[in-house]
Amino acid sequence: MTAPLLEVTDLVKEFPVRGNGIIPRNIGTVQAVSGVSFTLHPGETLGLVGESGCGKSTTGRAILQLHKPTSGSVKFEGRELTSMSNKQLRPLRKDIQIVFQDPYASLNPKWQVNDIIAEPLRIHGVEGGVQRRVNELMELVGLNSEHRNRYPHEFSGGQRQRIGIARALALNPRFLVLDEPVSALDVSVQAGVVNLLEELQERLGLAYLFVAHDLSVVRHISDRVAVMYLGKIIEMGEREAIYNRPMHPYTQALLSAVPMPDPKQERQRQRIVLTGDVPSPVNPPSGCRFRTRCWKAQDICATEEPKLERRGAPDGTLSACHFAEERSVV
Amino acid sequence: MTTVSELSEDFLPSNTTAPLLSVKDLSVTFPTDDGDVRAVRNVSFDLNPGDVLGIVGESGSGKSVSSMAIMGLLPKNAIIEGSIRYRGEELNGRTYKQMQPFRSKHISMIFQDPMTSLNPVYTVGWQLAETYRAHHNVSKKAAWAKAVEALELVGIPQPDRRAAQYPHEFSGGMRQRVVIAMAIINDPSVIIADEPTTALDVTVQAQILDTMLRLQSETDAAIVMITHDLGVVAGMVNRVQVMYGGTVVESGPVDDVFERPRMPYTVGLLGSVPNPATLGKRLTPIKGAPPSLVNLPTGCSFSPRCPLVIDVCHEWEPELEEAGAANHTTRCHRWEHLATIDRPQKLFLHDEIGTVENPAVFAAANPDESLEVTTVHGSLVSDEESK
Ligand SMILES: Nc1ncnc2c1ncn2[C@@H]1O[C@H](COP(=O)(O)OP(=O)(O)OP(=O)(O)O)[C@@H](O)[C@H]1O
Ligand SMILES: Nc1ncnc2c1ncn2[C@@H]1O[C@H](COP(=O)(O)OP(=O)(O)OP(=O)(O)O)[C@@H](O)[C@H]1O
Ligand code: SF4
Ligand code: SF4
Ligand SMILES: [Mg+2]
Ligand SMILES: [Mg+2]
Repeated sequence: MTAPLLEVTDLVKEFPVRGNGIIPRNIGTVQAVSGVSFTLHPGETLGLVGESGCGKSTTGRAILQLHKPTSGSVKFEGRELTSMSNKQLRPLRKDIQIVFQDPYASLNPKWQVNDIIAEPLRIHGVEGGVQRRVNELMELVGLNSEHRNRYPHEFSGGQRQRIGIARALALNPRFLVLDEPVSALDVSVQAGVVNLLEELQERLGLAYLFVAHDLSVVRHISDRVAVMYLGKIIEMGEREAIYNRPMHPYTQALLSAVPMPDPKQERQRQRIVLTGDVPSPVNPPSGCRFRTRCWKAQDICATEEPKLERRGAPDGTLSACHFAEERSVV
Repeated sequence: MTTVSELSEDFLPSNTTAPLLSVKDLSVTFPTDDGDVRAVRNVSFDLNPGDVLGIVGESGSGKSVSSMAIMGLLPKNAIIEGSIRYRGEELNGRTYKQMQPFRSKHISMIFQDPMTSLNPVYTVGWQLAETYRAHHNVSKKAAWAKAVEALELVGIPQPDRRAAQYPHEFSGGMRQRVVIAMAIINDPSVIIADEPTTALDVTVQAQILDTMLRLQSETDAAIVMITHDLGVVAGMVNRVQVMYGGTVVESGPVDDVFERPRMPYTVGLLGSVPNPATLGKRLTPIKGAPPSLVNLPTGCSFSPRCPLVIDVCHEWEPELEEAGAANHTTRCHRWEHLATIDRPQKLFLHDEIGTVENPAVFAAANPDESLEVTTVHGSLVSDEESK
């Protein structure tokens, strides 16, 4: 196997919670990401899924150093990013880009598409051939370069998402964080953007961290999938192992809840309905963080934190559960 | 108060056989500097108690605008034509104020973003209680008790404690449940839910949809569910309406429409969803862009993108007609031809299909090879090479 492009080890990101007194005091910490580790190879896609607020976006941003990690290591091609200054990071920014969820909010409405896509080139001091490059990028993502002088509102949601992708690709990155890039789009438009991402990956060898709520899309695009719960990866493995043979109760509940576009199947399926709410990340449960909602919880779950490790078949997933056991739910 | 509100507070149906809600030839036009935006054109449907109607369709196809028209929430400049009858009573033409007694009490709406329906500066309990008091002459204390009860009904633990908290103290999923509590506190007969779970993950979504269905079966309310998640439609609704270019292009029992779609747009929509069979292959989007609502194509609004288009499609827009099964209607000149095509999703795998009459041509084409057609042009390496 080739050397990993990205190596994330024990990544932690905490946010202070401030009281609203006259002198704001820290009254706690949001443990948004609590010790996340994974690797990513060139040309590979890791899907990142989990309950709303479990730390997916924060993980992506902390990798890019948009949020300075509280602790842990992020190595890109063997180079440690967490200890670099902004100045040292700048040349690396070319290689690592992010596409945000909302194609409406993330593009400056007052700029022509031309300027939006050219901006990263200008920031990085690319002088010659900017126009040619913009045209090329627009064609690459399936936009007509004759429309380069239009403004974002003149494009549909799917086209705007393509503009965001063209911009992210301007500097030939090798790694893209895609934070819910298709959630705001309807399914036929979404299919076009997913195809585009796959084609770009095949042709350019890009690596993706793909964050999404839609588990069918994640299954389609990912090579491996990591499932997060309350700041931790609780299960990770090859895509088909995760979807066909999940070991962790939370993954099983999550997959059992995926709605399927087939009325007959939908009526027959058995859902595992989780009761209760996600605990606060300011005060996560001791031991296994899922225990307050887990139907299998025992005393040990409150006292001992289960490690993320292989607990079943050699080709199975890594799971963080004392009582991990395969169960097919889809 | 006017007779309108008296009538609605203790509403006695003037006609017991009339549907709960009957929308007939509803059209909505927004005059703008660029011309008239024809957001909704000739939409009709009936709702009866216990119905769950799903509305799906392309982004910008008029799903939200038609529900806002029913609720009387469109901006003043909107031109609303057609009829919207609630238990036989005409709602179109009423002012915002005249609609007030209907809203929440008889018809209520759940919006996509819970924060637009909740006020951050009041406690959740206060907001629920006020919504209740707007239609019921009760003491504040009684209304508060009702608020707590509503929170309990939507599955919020410790509802009496939670009622005293502010919206920001709730998680996204719980906030959406508060919005549902708000929508049902006055026991409406019709609940319109516009993408109520889009921003939520699937476990929370499942909880919320279960809550809605449970409440619905208890009160026999009718639900209109607007969503782009075809899985939610499959699992929850009994009838589905597909919208494109501002109008209904297909409608029918959910099993019929999903198994035997009779309109090419529906075929393309269903075929673009990732599923286990598409693993390792490209997905199948619908080529092209949705029509401009200012400048609709003549004839069928899907004609510029339709793989089955023929001359007549450009000439006039098809009527909604019954397509071989009871209550299953389609707006397509060629639904009978479409019905003869085996695995019609394949139609969308090709770039240029034109008007091939013989379906055997599609059956012979290898879908994997045909995917080659979708590659994008241009190259990223040229910059490097030219150095
Ligand atoms: N800048 C911040 N300051 C304080 N807390 C934050 C900040 N950003 C995120 N959080 C908190 O960190 C936790 C993780 O948030 P994050 O946005 O990473 O979740 P997510 O998994 O991306 O959720 P979603 O699926 O809803 O986008 C949440 O509890 C969130 O409220
Ligand atoms: N106030 C307005 N003035 C002009 N055009 C409007 C106005 N409100 C909506 N529209 C247009 O009407 C059309 C229908 O919009 P609508 O919000 O109903 O779409 P939708 O089907 O709900 O789409 P989505 O799935 O994206 O929510 C859109 O093209 C929209 O731009
Ligand atoms: S460790 Fe215990 S509480 Fe956690 S998932 Fe496993 S059984 Fe449930
Ligand atoms: S009427 Fe013609 S263009 Fe419209 S959907 Fe039917 S076949 Fe296609
Ligand atoms: Mg996020
Ligand atoms: Mg809408």
